[in-house]
Amino acid sequence: MSTAVSEVAAALSRGTARIVDLTHTLDPDFPVIVLPPEFGQCARFRMEEVSAYDHRGPAWKWHNITLNEHTGTHFDAPIHWVSGKDVPNGAVDEIDPGAFVGPVVVIDCSDGAARHDDYELTPEVIETWEAQHGRVPKDAWVLMRTDWSKRSGADYLNMAEDGAHSPGPTPAAIELLLARGIRGFGTETVGTDAGQGMHYTPPYPAHYLLHGAGKFGLQCLCNLDLLPPTGALLIAPPLKIKGGTGSPLRVLAMVMA
Amino acid sequence: MTEPLAPPPKKNPQKRTLTPLLPPATRSRAALGLGVMAATGRFGLQVCAECQAVQYPPRDACVKCLSHDLPWQDVDPAGTLMAETTIRVSPEPYFRERMPWRIGAVKLDAGPMLNCHLHGEVARGDTVRMALKLDRAGQGVLIALPLEGSDVMQDDPVLRAMSCDPKHRRVLISDARSPVALALAEALLAAGAAHVFAGEPEAWRHWPARAAFEAMEDVSLLPLDVTDVSSVQKLSAEIGGKVDILINSARFTRPGGVLGNDTTFARDAMEVNTLGLMRLAQGFGPGMAARVQDGTNAAAAFVNLLSVQALVPDAGFGAFGASQAAARSISQSLRAEFRASGLRVMNVYAGPGEDDPWFQPAPPPKVTPKALARSVVQGLVDGVEEVTCGDVARDVYARWQDNALLLERELTGAGA
Repeated sequence: MSTAVSEVAAALSRGTARIVDLTHTLDPDFPVIVLPPEFGQCARFRMEEVSAYDHRGPAWKWHNITLNEHTGTHFDAPIHWVSGKDVPNGAVDEIDPGAFVGPVVVIDCSDGAARHDDYELTPEVIETWEAQHGRVPKDAWVLMRTDWSKRSGADYLNMAEDGAHSPGPTPAAIELLLARGIRGFGTETVGTDAGQGMHYTPPYPAHYLLHGAGKFGLQCLCNLDLLPPTGALLIAPPLKIKGGTGSPLRVLAMVMA
Repeated sequence: MTEPLAPPPKKNPQKRTLTPLLPPATRSRAALGLGVMAATGRFGLQVCAECQAVQYPPRDACVKCLSHDLPWQDVDPAGTLMAETTIRVSPEPYFRERMPWRIGAVKLDAGPMLNCHLHGEVARGDTVRMALKLDRAGQGVLIALPLEGSDVMQDDPVLRAMSCDPKHRRVLISDARSPVALALAEALLAAGAAHVFAGEPEAWRHWPARAAFEAMEDVSLLPLDVTDVSSVQKLSAEIGGKVDILINSARFTRPGGVLGNDTTFARDAMEVNTLGLMRLAQGFGPGMAARVQDGTNAAAAFVNLLSVQALVPDAGFGAFGASQAAARSISQSLRAEFRASGLRVMNVYAGPGEDDPWFQPAPPPKVTPKALARSVVQGLVDGVEEVTCGDVARDVYARWQDNALLLERELTGAGA
């Protein structure tokens, strides 16, 4: 008997659907967010051998890894931000697992981000996109494509004397997405907010408004240029960390081949 | 006169690197005191507390009055070379490779006659300046130096073997982003270092001083992060055979006592200041230890830049102090582990740095990067193991040696 689920499995094995990896490799040199030094900092990814088929363990190799919940490609849960600290089921281990698989739309901002490091996703940009692709569906992930993931080294954080310069959404854009009833918002940059996001009101609007409304965040994504504007399925289950505010994760998208 | 040391030729790849040999290291407990003096760059001998007779060789009872009270004291190093001889045959493997070898007898103005090594610029009848130096075995030995040597007196082969002179050597500074790194690179090159490798952690974070390093000749910036074992392993695999002196400049500082601080910062401090040192030693130590007898640019020294809080903590920096004390402890173990190779471990203690933002509220005197760089280079030239830089470190070190418990009470507010 054919079911929707077996149709998906069949499409994948036939090759009419395929999986796109939206995840950066966890690498000690991958940038993390840098805060003023008197604040606590995000741990970099580190890996140390426990044994490697040697006197410490003759037949096996394994590593201890250390990292922050927000290192590398990662998921933000509502309790990550002060606005979401009292959201029910706001920790990664409490979120309904159904939220981890769902529809995704991609708003292509790559032209604008190529021209302007501080490019803003505004309500106008979203409405222009909707005029072409239809209304942002309720309960969908919305990903902001900037091709920022193709940058490397110091160009990724793009830090200047006055802080980081990278694209992100305005408070009004996030308000509009919340009005559409989205599930979460994701970016290719180190955070869901713009590099200069602290200067908006409220500061860090994506974090403040999304998490306050019980929505999720994804950041440090890549390969968004391989996704269609609509019609893909996002698979983004964070690790089940007790009381976790977020989690490094493997983010996959299912698209029609 | 001393022959100026020529830059070494490139290594002959068909020749085996010589195994480092050491001069004989057996000493009585009393004679180990010579090494303590030499390690701190002082010249001194036992002086009888009862009759003030200056003792040589070191002993357990006064040569004159049999008193057991023989504290080590600084002694006037002036003397006269009364006799000298040249040894041409020795059963000791270390000296066999270095024949002929001159030794002499110096009548110290302060009293005793000393048997000592001779600098090439001293001759019988000369007034000389005695020095205590560490030999490659890490033992304190006496050498007669000229009162006023030539400009290249440091190139004398006997003295060079006792020092860790940066001249013609290649130096790795582990963290180029450290406030002292640029001054250090400049001082090392001015002292004749052949090349400076400067480790660059987190190239993905902009740092303004990078341009200054890029503009310097004979300096290479290379990726190195002491908190990342893979980065240490990679760089040591690439350049480990060319690092003659390693200077660990990496440091993580955060204020806050033990109660008021969190263990996240404490862990960061341990990762950089303590385990970072361990990773560097594991990555670069074995290669350096194997190259202590590798010609003019043989590996010579492993240098740790420590805060004076390694000796006694400032309670306002509880976790930082703990990481520094742990780093000092690791350096002492390294000293023992490297002893068999002749690789020297030099600890440089300094108080708050002028350019260190974490000590911005601290009152003067503070240590400038240039002053710290000068102390490091001078310590390497002198071949010592313990260096203090600046008034704060000198004062704390002296009081710590005198009475560590008293110092603790002074610094934790129990004093007046």
